[in-house]
Amino acid sequence: MKENAVQFLFKYGAIILLIAIILYFSSISDAFFSYGNFSDILRSISIVTLLALGVTFTLVVDGFDLSVGSTMSLSTVVTASLMVWYDMPLWLVLLLPLLIGVAVGLVNSFLITVIGIPDLLATLSMMYIVAGLHRTYTEGYSIYNNMPLTSGGTAPGQLSEAFLWIGQGQMLGLPVPVWIMVVMVLAAYVILNHTRWGRILYMTGGNAEAATLSGVNVKRVKTSAYIISGVFASMAGILFTARVGSGQIDAGAPLLMEAVAAVFVGYSVLGAGKPNALGTFFGAAVIGILLNGLTIQNLPYYAFDIIKGAVLVAALAVTYVYAKNKFAKT
Amino acid sequence: MAELLNMQAIGKRFGNVTALENGQLALEKGEVHALLGVNGAGKSTMIKILSGVYGQDSGEIRLNGEIISLRSPKQAKEHGIYCVYQEVDTAIVAELTVAENILMDSFAAGGSFLLSKQKINKQAREALVQLQSEEISVTRKAGTLTLAEKQLVLIARALVHSAKIIIFDEPTAPLSLTESDKLFSVIQKLSSEGVGCVFISHRLPEVFEISDRITVMREGKWVNTFVTAESDSEGIIEAMLGEALSHELEYQTHPTGDNVLEVRGLSDSEKLKDISFSVKAGEIVGIVGLVGAGKTELAKALFGAANSVSGSVEIAGKQTRIKHPEDAIRAGMTLIPEERRKEGLFVHETLRANASFPNLRKFSTKLFMNKSAENKFAEDIIGKLKIKTGNTETPLVHLSGGNQQKVAIGKWMSLDSLLYLFDEPTKGVDIGAKVDIFKLIRELAGSGKGCLYFSSEIHEAISISDRVLVMYDGQIVKELSRQEATQERILLYASGGKEELNQTEKLIERERSPISV
Repeated sequence: MKENAVQFLFKYGAIILLIAIILYFSSISDAFFSYGNFSDILRSISIVTLLALGVTFTLVVDGFDLSVGSTMSLSTVVTASLMVWYDMPLWLVLLLPLLIGVAVGLVNSFLITVIGIPDLLATLSMMYIVAGLHRTYTEGYSIYNNMPLTSGGTAPGQLSEAFLWIGQGQMLGLPVPVWIMVVMVLAAYVILNHTRWGRILYMTGGNAEAATLSGVNVKRVKTSAYIISGVFASMAGILFTARVGSGQIDAGAPLLMEAVAAVFVGYSVLGAGKPNALGTFFGAAVIGILLNGLTIQNLPYYAFDIIKGAVLVAALAVTYVYAKNKFAKT
Repeated sequence: MAELLNMQAIGKRFGNVTALENGQLALEKGEVHALLGVNGAGKSTMIKILSGVYGQDSGEIRLNGEIISLRSPKQAKEHGIYCVYQEVDTAIVAELTVAENILMDSFAAGGSFLLSKQKINKQAREALVQLQSEEISVTRKAGTLTLAEKQLVLIARALVHSAKIIIFDEPTAPLSLTESDKLFSVIQKLSSEGVGCVFISHRLPEVFEISDRITVMREGKWVNTFVTAESDSEGIIEAMLGEALSHELEYQTHPTGDNVLEVRGLSDSEKLKDISFSVKAGEIVGIVGLVGAGKTELAKALFGAANSVSGSVEIAGKQTRIKHPEDAIRAGMTLIPEERRKEGLFVHETLRANASFPNLRKFSTKLFMNKSAENKFAEDIIGKLKIKTGNTETPLVHLSGGNQQKVAIGKWMSLDSLLYLFDEPTKGVDIGAKVDIFKLIRELAGSGKGCLYFSSEIHEAISISDRVLVMYDGQIVKELSRQEATQERILLYASGGKEELNQTEKLIERERSPISV
């Protein structure tokens, strides 16, 4: 009886929770249940979803990337600076931050697979290093169009219209960031669940030693996961710059926790029991809807971390209680 | 002798699964009664019913002729039925002294609020003297004891309560030879004092050494009860397996071809020293040595899973450099590792995903996985290796050890390798699965594969190998042909040829019986 209840909660708990939240907010606010508001919610979760997808890949290989928030911050200011300070063409503006993501991923995986620092600690250190780098790079200032420079004069460039469209434009009735998010979620889903590479990622996470003896180069696989994570974080940063229209410093730091919470809520969607792309999207949606509804209720923004933390705790509790029950007999 | 215990027609179901259909066990006063059966035969369920962990669904238990009901471990203890479990650590409180551990049940039962240290120590010492184990200090912390000493503490715990029946659940599995001997003399002493002992073990020679009678169970049913002095191991094995499968465990000849593997001067920085040997197609080469001789290290070094290996390896006549298991697999090698749960399998994943993993390319078109091809292959090996499982989507944690091992071997079948390395493939596997695994290795050899069989179970290695290489301290110290290989000779070389004669003799005595089950 108790076992069944746990099973049921694990499988459908997240979905029931989502429906309950939507019903509750719809019943107390007319503004909540509308096309406009839902499109807003989707746009607001698009950045955190990208971040969370990166974390998902690292969790799949039994790692953990805490540096995604900082990487996103770095990518945000670099993107802005490339246009504002250096007046570079759009393709370089989009490419260079992605290369920075790759670089962070490479350093992370070097620390983890070559030197042998545990994932959590290596990426924690990188989180501080990268955060420091991005503040040093901007000397602590946010970057905006034609900003005054510390060396005198004003910056030559501006954020171009084409670039801003990425973050602010509309396509087929939905904001562009939502389209980007949908495409990335589907791509991650297909890669993780239906390709050979995805299978190798999951198996490496399940038992690295057995994977090695099955002929998998575990170091290479882990490296690929961290690179993917870095690239997703960079994309999130680019999107953030385009959305806000300037290069804010520390843009990614507050999103780290939300991204991690989204992934762990995703564990329990339909009883997957492991990190998965659709679950991550769903987790981000749950958190986004919750925050949106509470904003409508005038919950002060400084209380949001309480909600995010509580969602993370609840998701972890469900995941671990379930794991305890499921594998108790072994 | 008077009948002490009689368990009749015991039945027990767990949900839809019938664990016991007709369990029987009769025990006389002062008798040592062995309970045998392959894994899943119902031994543990019988024992758990007798010690009050489970209540039976049907059947009756009589103690001294009276029907008793055992609905909790406490009730069983009140009737004088004690169990010494295999995992002694679960029953020992490491932070308490030996004396406190021995008398623990009497505290748990209540009594006076204040405990007199002296009284406890005295009682505990008396119990240990009875077990001829007075060298264990009663004031020591139990956590500092060896496994064997912890077992004695548990037996002493039973003794202070004047136990009538003591159940030994695989007590010798973790013990050394001398420790087992000590345990046997304790068991003999107990039985001479009229205590009935139920003895469970997977090692047949021990069973013949210690028991008066043997009850064999199969598939939850009582099969037969033998008087030990009048029975032999063949008869017991046959009763356990249900059919005379035991000839599978005997040697069979088959033809061999050219060299598939030629190793020259293989060394690593730690254990292995200058190892040279070869394996022919269709040949099964046993690499035998005691625990710690370097067998697993050799297997891993060959497979590219070890660091700083030097020496030359030729596969099918071609010089091959193997830096990583990836290279080994590409060169046509396969390793079934010793620690299957840790190194061989993804236990939380499905059987299907496990089976296809070594050769994902075969089960994918371009980048995408082809799930129906995976399923078909999984069904194939389930059928071929007689794997007992719900379906291809069952996570491996739900399979028994033997069936997990079959998956660990079967998953390589999609690769069609030249050379198979089996590292202790029968470890922790019951005799039914053992027979299936032997069959499979013979089939592989029969189809022209080279097989390397790493084992410390000497008799098993002899019965399957065409040639035996003996390892000692990281070296191959002797090569024996099929005809030359005997338990005695292998053991002599495997122990460095230095071991004291009488100790070797004793080992030989244990090993003489053809098979452990």
